[in-house]
Amino acid sequence: MSSSTGIERLIDLMAKLPGLGPRSARRAVLHLIRKRAVLLGPLAEAMAEVAATARECLNCGNVGTSDICDICKDPSRANAELCVVEDVADLWAMERAQVFKGRYHVLGGTLSALDAVGPEELRIPRLIDRVGEEEISEVILALNATIDGQTTAHYIADQLDSRVRLTSLAQGVPIGGELDYLDDGTITAALRARKEI
Amino acid sequence: MIATIAAGKRGVGYLVGACMRRTVEQVTSPGKRHLATRRIHADSRAMEWTDHGILLTVRPHGETAAIIDVFTEDHGRHSGIVRGGTSRKLAPVLQPGAQVQVEWRARLEDHLGTYQVEPVRSRAAVAMGDRLALAGLNAVVGLVSFCLPERQAHVVFYTRTERLLDLLGQTEIWPLAYLHWERDLLEELGYGLDLSVCAVTGQTDGLTYVSPRTGRAVSAKGAGEWVDRLLPLPPCLRGEGTAPDVEIAAGFQTTGHFLEHRVAAELAHKPLPEVRARFIDAFTRRL
Repeated sequence: MSSSTGIERLIDLMAKLPGLGPRSARRAVLHLIRKRAVLLGPLAEAMAEVAATARECLNCGNVGTSDICDICKDPSRANAELCVVEDVADLWAMERAQVFKGRYHVLGGTLSALDAVGPEELRIPRLIDRVGEEEISEVILALNATIDGQTTAHYIADQLDSRVRLTSLAQGVPIGGELDYLDDGTITAALRARKEI
Repeated sequence: MIATIAAGKRGVGYLVGACMRRTVEQVTSPGKRHLATRRIHADSRAMEWTDHGILLTVRPHGETAAIIDVFTEDHGRHSGIVRGGTSRKLAPVLQPGAQVQVEWRARLEDHLGTYQVEPVRSRAAVAMGDRLALAGLNAVVGLVSFCLPERQAHVVFYTRTERLLDLLGQTEIWPLAYLHWERDLLEELGYGLDLSVCAVTGQTDGLTYVSPRTGRAVSAKGAGEWVDRLLPLPPCLRGEGTAPDVEIAAGFQTTGHFLEHRVAAELAHKPLPEVRARFIDAFTRRL
């Protein structure tokens, strides 16, 4: 147990991070102190820099270090396709797959009547503006396959109506998935979306 | 010492707690030791039950758990924590509208308690592929959460709700079934509509209006100069006729009035959940 207040404070703060508890935070802090030169110093610098510059992109809601994020600035991605995602983590997941070459729009959540989350709390009005401003031809609704996600997708579809081509991600058996282990909802969705081979 | 033996490893404090409702003196009496042990089991059953129900809401709790609200048959709306409720295994199961088997446990009756959830059947896949079904599912779940008090059994209404949700996806009959369900909901809450006889003339035929004040039927003859202030009474609301969509929409106007001006007004003037309006909007689009 450390007697230093600063270290205790660091442990307390680290313990609030997702996936870390008090014990693992203590282990991580001890590791950082032991690797002070190669880890702790650079980490502190990087965190200070991000804390000073991190902000949401004014255009799409992605997280970056400038008012307009790198994806929105990239001219090669202005291909008239817009992928709507629920959260920045979803955008990062799409980027990891490296299959989508257009731009994104982060809603910042889903509609939820019980939690009083309405269209105004999300970036839906901005999405509607963007479709007109950026000459978008296709909006891909890459929202989660949950009741809230699909409710939001249908709401957006109603708002955009026939102004643009609207598509959504397919639902079904994941790669490497075995039918025996799938829930019946996924099997139902997969069967409904079956295709000829 | 005897009390500790009778209570097992949980100790005397547990015995003195609310679950026992017995004094330590009674428990420590050698002659009643066996009775005390039996009593523990009997009372722990009261804080441990199994039921089936309809999942209403799911809220993340901490990093991996979720607090769910389930409309159960014998225990009414009942919340509890599901450990690992946001995990990849459980998240697909814990979708609003899902039919689940639940086992609830708590140390004391007024604790939130924990749930063990077993999926019975999912309704998400049926609802997500159909705009009207999805809006309908949200409306049912939203209204049950909004209107019904917690921990009060509504056995008959539960059965009706389960039946209604099992019809999801049958777009031709679902709106009418939903209209009747709203009428049943009003009745369950004590605002039942009396559509059998005219409140003015006593006639049983030609009933075309509903009084917005009393919820009683009014015939065209009895309406008189109040006709503009009365709500429509389409035959389908009384379970008659072929129920075209226009009539069903008129029925929603009437049930909506009582949900808003009676039920919601009783609940500290909270507005009705927006999900109902979205369902009505989705339905009227097809008119």
